[in-house]
Amino acid sequence: MRLYEFEAKEVLRRARVPLPKSVMARTPEEAETAASEVGGPVVLKSQVLSGGRMKAGAIKFAEDGAGARAATAEILGITVNGQQSVGVLVEERRDVAQEYYAAVTWDGRAKRPVIIFSDMGGIDIEEVAEQHPEHLSRTHFSNLAPLSDYQAKVAVSRVGVTGNDLGPLTRIVAALVKVFVERDMTLAEINPIGKLADGTFVALDSHMDMEQEARGTHADLLRSLGIPDEDTRMARPPTEFEIAGAKVNDADTRGVAGNITEFDGNLGLIIGAGGGSLTLFDAVRAAGGNPANYCEIGGNPSVAKAAALTKLVLSKPGVDKIAVMMNVVSNTRADMMARGIVKGVIEAGYDPAEKIAIFRIPGSWEEEGFAILRKYGVEFVDRSVSMHEAAARAVAKMAGT
Amino acid sequence: MSILIDENTTFIIQGITGREAVSMTREVLDYGSKVIGGVTPGRKGRNVHGVPVEDTVRAFTERERVDASVVAVPPAFATDAVFEAIEAGIKLVIIVTERIPRKQVAQFVEYADQHGARIIGPNCLGVISPGKSRVGGVGGAAESTRRAFQPGVVGVMSRSGGMTVEISNALSEAGLGISTAVSIGGDAIIGSTYAELMPLFDADPATKGIAIYSEPGGQAEAQLADYMRSSGSNLPVVAFMAGRFMDAMPGMRFGHAGTIVEGRADTTAEKIERMEAAGIRVAERIEDIPRFLKERIG
Amino acid sequence: MAMFIRVDIDESVQADEALKKSLVEVCPVDIFALDGGRVVTLDANLDECTLCDLCIQAAGDRVQVVKLYRE
Repeated sequence: MRLYEFEAKEVLRRARVPLPKSVMARTPEEAETAASEVGGPVVLKSQVLSGGRMKAGAIKFAEDGAGARAATAEILGITVNGQQSVGVLVEERRDVAQEYYAAVTWDGRAKRPVIIFSDMGGIDIEEVAEQHPEHLSRTHFSNLAPLSDYQAKVAVSRVGVTGNDLGPLTRIVAALVKVFVERDMTLAEINPIGKLADGTFVALDSHMDMEQEARGTHADLLRSLGIPDEDTRMARPPTEFEIAGAKVNDADTRGVAGNITEFDGNLGLIIGAGGGSLTLFDAVRAAGGNPANYCEIGGNPSVAKAAALTKLVLSKPGVDKIAVMMNVVSNTRADMMARGIVKGVIEAGYDPAEKIAIFRIPGSWEEEGFAILRKYGVEFVDRSVSMHEAAARAVAKMAGT
Repeated sequence: MSILIDENTTFIIQGITGREAVSMTREVLDYGSKVIGGVTPGRKGRNVHGVPVEDTVRAFTERERVDASVVAVPPAFATDAVFEAIEAGIKLVIIVTERIPRKQVAQFVEYADQHGARIIGPNCLGVISPGKSRVGGVGGAAESTRRAFQPGVVGVMSRSGGMTVEISNALSEAGLGISTAVSIGGDAIIGSTYAELMPLFDADPATKGIAIYSEPGGQAEAQLADYMRSSGSNLPVVAFMAGRFMDAMPGMRFGHAGTIVEGRADTTAEKIERMEAAGIRVAERIEDIPRFLKERIG
Repeated sequence: MAMFIRVDIDESVQADEALKKSLVEVCPVDIFALDGGRVVTLDANLDECTLCDLCIQAAGDRVQVVKLYRE
């Protein structure tokens, strides 16, 4: 989950990383007050969960409160890569002599965290890596050995920084490493770190992503930052349909039947499991189908849970039929799925034979499952029909609707 | 031949008294695997389907040879269980548990490296060498497993447990069969990646080709492409790439924890390009996998 | 209403206190419950039956699990 810049900077402030003075403003009026609080010329930065703010015009400069107010009114209307602004960070403008880049992230190949440091901050770091590799260092560190500041020093020193700059930059990078490790981040970045005219350093912008699975562990931090549990930090906020899907999943601990994402098509999907859902969603689209939703079923959910998910998908306006498809199942049972889905369709007031475009869940307990489907006249296929073929048949049936 | 496990592999199940682990125990016993014990703290002296339960891993390793352990405990206890297994000298640890934080995974992977142990998973269904043994629940009920996994010539590696079965089933139906199938796990950091298992398949005379299931997110496919270019491996590799629709939806989460796209190289388009450039054939549909492999396996 | 599974309990079971208790205990999906001294089936749980046969192992032919979809 991504933190907004103002939240990431609060995390840095608590880690004793030097920062320019700044105040968060949610309205143009607040921005005017904030600008006078900060004093002098300010920079106004839209708070969005996306890069590319400068390009989108969502970062502006102002000389005084009135200017800040006007600029904020404009910024709040700008979406950046589809992301709505939640406010503007009003920050004192500092004259920067040089910019540095520092980040800590996971290297999935090395299976270790890596410190990335550059004395060419403020620009696209992938470009620096490609065109000026000597200006960029990558320093891996152990997950088992105790954290120690020398790791940060090595990272800074390797791009040629020495003298009076080495100490303060090492302290900033070491603090960033500590935040990354202690708070289960997947990315902790300061870009740029600015060296000011007086030789001191400040963190001018920051991007942090916390591992989704670790949210529970860091509930204290998230609460203190004012981030509510229901704030998913996805590319867009969840729809009512998706929230209802999460409720279906949470209401019953047996298995998974949820992780719903809403789309605007007419074919409802009851699909699983993790990889199977990705495969089947692609297959439906490749066959020219229009999915109404994405979802995941697995871990042998209860009949009641499968029925609830089915009813939810059928309740979505515009859903004409559902396709029920999984990979060859191991622990999820084909018969329990057949019961749940047939039950859900009937309880929603429809005929399973008409509403279920295709049922393809081969594997464990399939004979019992087939008996149920035969009784209700549902078209089903076994493992001899591939996932892609099953998806294509479902899509073909939709042509008549 | 096979990789990682064979008919003599002995193993224990950590967390054996849990709901899913009890079924897994029944299924591996029915398949003929040598599961010699289980660990659940406080349950020493009981048994699960006749398999003895102890409080500690050492209770087994001190009296007999234990080749592997399957870790099937809740996420909060999983890391502790893995450290215990490695410290007791077990050289193959297969972790079924989902939702272990990345930092902890990296810690026990590093610990395993230091002790010469190999980790498969987390968030996986295990390893199967058809007709020899199965360590983990991959395939489910024994009869269904025998049908989906017939002995043969293809090595399978998959980031999805369910798709390990689906792809193996397609290869079995096509008459190619499986040498060893490894559900490698769906997390961002896993103990053994495709490229790290490839040398084992390269050295296995029974394996004539490789099928992999891949997804968006992570470096595993790029790493495999590098391996295929630099190693001189002669095995034909066919990859299936799921989640192509995710390329157009950055910042949304689908599927496994590991699918999260964190950089340009994580998209399916980029991965497909890299793999194809390294001579890996990328299949659009599952049924193309056996077809493409048959063209290359004489 | 249960659509897929019906469980028939022979009247003789009601006189067997130990068996009534064991039916409640063995079922992994809580189909059986005691109600005023009688063992009854809970309609909301019938369709969750996993066909594990543990109740039949306990009661022999005095409990029958009927698959309504096979009729």
